[in-house]
Amino acid sequence: MVAFVGIQFVPTKRNQSDVVPKTDFMLVNKVPNGIKNKLQVSCYDCHSNNTTYPWYSKIQPGAWFMENHIKDGKKELNFSEWGSLSNRRKASKLRSIIKQIKNDEMPLSSYTLIHRNAILSKAEKQEIIQYITQLKNSL
Amino acid sequence: MKNLRTTTILAMAFISLTVMSCKESKKEVPTDTVKPEMNHNNMNASDDKMDSNTQNPDVKLVLADYMTLKDALVATNKEQSATAGKKLESSLSSFNVSSYTPEQQKELNDIITDAKEHAEHIGKSEMSHQREHFKILSKDMIDMVAIIGTNTTLYQQFCPMYDGGSAWLSMNKDIKNPFYGSKMMTCGEVEKQIN
Repeated sequence: MVAFVGIQFVPTKRNQSDVVPKTDFMLVNKVPNGIKNKLQVSCYDCHSNNTTYPWYSKIQPGAWFMENHIKDGKKELNFSEWGSLSNRRKASKLRSIIKQIKNDEMPLSSYTLIHRNAILSKAEKQEIIQYITQLKNSL
Repeated sequence: MKNLRTTTILAMAFISLTVMSCKESKKEVPTDTVKPEMNHNNMNASDDKMDSNTQNPDVKLVLADYMTLKDALVATNKEQSATAGKKLESSLSSFNVSSYTPEQQKELNDIITDAKEHAEHIGKSEMSHQREHFKILSKDMIDMVAIIGTNTTLYQQFCPMYDGGSAWLSMNKDIKNPFYGSKMMTCGEVEKQIN
């Protein structure tokens, strides 16, 4: 019990930003509204500079898990910094996005377990994959 | 009945396509020795200090590590591929671009950043993922070699069946397919001889 109270005092970094940078994926590309919403709800928490923190994420050890997920997620793919990537790297990232969604590896099941609204239906996955494929082919 | 006919036609088309694309590898494909213009131009324009007969050791190392990875994939060995991926990531990191023109350096740094990410993923993935990353990594290597050149003869090889068509580099002319391994070892052909 003491330990549980103790770890509450360990500070964790907040991944938050008020500004949407001009390198953001949504600003660089003309993303259809439906897809924009889904990407923001299902992906942006771990793959951007702005995470929406629910109340329970402020409690340890939840906050630690989140911080690690966010750190790893942003390292792999950061939608906020999309515009700073070369076409070569954009193409690589887009391929990975397609594969991860197709193989049901993303969004993480540990994430959708808690964030039920982040679950992507088969049709929604298809829609996103179609858009991302078209984007990749246009590079 | 119409459905059955359509399905049969489609099946036949698919089978003949499959047989055709693999058969190509058994044909004798004439290879011209292509010395890409860029190779010579770069060697002269970019670095007068470097003796064009001396292979840049960084280049040798990166190519050697790439070939080790390629061979591990041919053998369908996930652990060896992972180890090779990590090694390649490291040799790419230590690749010195300073002897190239600013424009080449920009391009090389872009290629190296991309290639490193794929090598890193290969270091921690399942075989199918490793091969997916190897496809793009190979494209990066091909683009890199176009800039830095090579003293060793390389063969750009191509498999029409993997992911809509995929290329890779080899130091040997005979085809050993890294995307399918023993499942379709000789599927592919030499597209180009480099140097």
